[in-house]
Amino acid sequence: MKRKRFTQDKIVYLLNDLLLLCFGLIVLYPIIYVVSCSFSSGDALLGGKVRLLPVGFTFEGYKTVFGYTSIWVGYKNTVIYTFIGVIISVVMTLLAAYPLSRDDFKGKKLFTMLFVFTMMFSGGMIPSYLLIKNLKLLDTMWSVILPGCVSAYNVVVARTFFKQSIPKELLEAAEMDGCSDFRFFTRIVVPLSKAIVAVMCLWCAMPLWNGYFNAMIYLNSEDKYTLQLVLRRILLMSKVDLTNIGSVDLDLIAKNQYLSEMLKYGTIVLSTLPLMVLYPFIQKHFAKGVMIGSVKG
Amino acid sequence: MISKSIKKQHPANRKSLLKYLKNHWQLYIMILPPLILLLIFAYGPMYGVMIAFKNYKATLGIWGSPWTEQHGFYHFIKFFKNYNFIECLRNTLVLSVYSLIVTVPCSVVLALCLNYTRYTKFRKTIQMITYCPYFISTVVFVGIIRLILDTRMGILGSAVYETFGINIIGNASAFPSLYVWSGVWQGTGYGAIIYLATLAGVDMQLHEAAIIDGATLLQRIRHIDLPEVIPTAVIMLILNMGNILNVGYEKVLAMQNQNNLSTSEVINTYAYKVSLVSSFPDFSYSTAIGLFQSLVGLILLLSANKLADKLSGNGFV
Repeated sequence: MKRKRFTQDKIVYLLNDLLLLCFGLIVLYPIIYVVSCSFSSGDALLGGKVRLLPVGFTFEGYKTVFGYTSIWVGYKNTVIYTFIGVIISVVMTLLAAYPLSRDDFKGKKLFTMLFVFTMMFSGGMIPSYLLIKNLKLLDTMWSVILPGCVSAYNVVVARTFFKQSIPKELLEAAEMDGCSDFRFFTRIVVPLSKAIVAVMCLWCAMPLWNGYFNAMIYLNSEDKYTLQLVLRRILLMSKVDLTNIGSVDLDLIAKNQYLSEMLKYGTIVLSTLPLMVLYPFIQKHFAKGVMIGSVKG
Repeated sequence: MISKSIKKQHPANRKSLLKYLKNHWQLYIMILPPLILLLIFAYGPMYGVMIAFKNYKATLGIWGSPWTEQHGFYHFIKFFKNYNFIECLRNTLVLSVYSLIVTVPCSVVLALCLNYTRYTKFRKTIQMITYCPYFISTVVFVGIIRLILDTRMGILGSAVYETFGINIIGNASAFPSLYVWSGVWQGTGYGAIIYLATLAGVDMQLHEAAIIDGATLLQRIRHIDLPEVIPTAVIMLILNMGNILNVGYEKVLAMQNQNNLSTSEVINTYAYKVSLVSSFPDFSYSTAIGLFQSLVGLILLLSANKLADKLSGNGFV
């Protein structure tokens, strides 16, 4: 009886691991495929020859990407927008979350309601557009940064974190010593909340780095375009303009079709890299943030 | 302690309120900047919602534009009577219900698998890999889908095209599945986090007792783990029901093409098309569509929360 159970368990464990391996491979394969394609020759790409590893290994694709100026304009803009946006959002989120986490904060209910209501109802696309237009923010970086900068969801998560992790005794002791609220916040609460600050940075950076809709409706001039807008042109609308790369000679034009395919894979890899590189540093705190988010309380 | 004394506004208490403000005015200064931003950028547009009941003219502004006929409901009635309405609503519901039904079980299964592998390194690696796609942007992701499913160059698309003669990207009936299953690829790892945490919270003593009683692994999963995980899954399902009208329109919009419009046009993208990209932009009409969606969403969300709260005491607000 006992032995039978053990053999069954062993089989189940094995099947479980196999299933997990399948999960992993299914997720991993397209990623490897795209990376391999980015190192493959245009010939192999157009012929659909790449299976797993690069075919006709070359850096030509990346060279094309590096010579494609509008990508780098977009990259620069996105880095700037994301950097400024994250600073503003995280500071604002923490500033809003701390008072709301204090039990003795008068008007807490009202303020919380004001924040939470925005999670459930919004004015919608056109009224937001008109607002941005009336504030004369159209076609400026602020139209991308400011509308989403105070996210009620993030405020609620940060508030819950403060509530759970800052002991009341600490506040009492600090007050006894004559520490003001603001000082307590900057000197004690924030240093104790590195985990949530890390998660907030990631959560604020993601929509700024990855979103395209707001940028698409608010930005007009190409020198302000974000990376995602440039990518949208290249990947989704297949509008690749290679005339600005080097001198115009016939060989190059013939190669353009190859290059535009290679360009696509190269941009995919280069645009996704920063978040992927950032992620392992934050991973430790990531699951915790998600958990707090799901039990909001 | 202090909050209790303040409950009623007696004159004596007013004094303590002043004293409180004197000691804690900094808290209000702190919350002021985010509150101002919130009032401008979240509540500001709610004022503009008014134009749903008006014929918006840029020259007259939001306040000055004239009200519409039918007691201001002209645009709503126009939308309900439009043949696009049923189609948009159906597409929206199909996409969100389909994706809910598929996504939640996939995340649960992944979490169970991760929980029962005996190799820590293996588990960590798989977890790492399955989170990865979550960080890929919509544009890039849709770009990847197109490249892979391209009928000529794509590895999957060319194979399918050669054997079945189907162009997946340009096929309207394949769109919901493409949308949902690509979403599974992207979101399962992230979705599993919460179920993993639930599983980690299962009392180890239950498992130990079950092992002593001779339960097999499958029996333990069936009788100990699932009863713990299913309530969480149901709650997630219900809470997501509240968002049923908000399909990921960024992704849908990016995946749309002329051939799949009949199944890919959702309420959001329709509202976008009649306004900002139309050659005859109708801001009022689009706002009315958005308002309809927001209101239905609000009702759904509140009822979903009520239900979730009743079932688990684990509400939202």
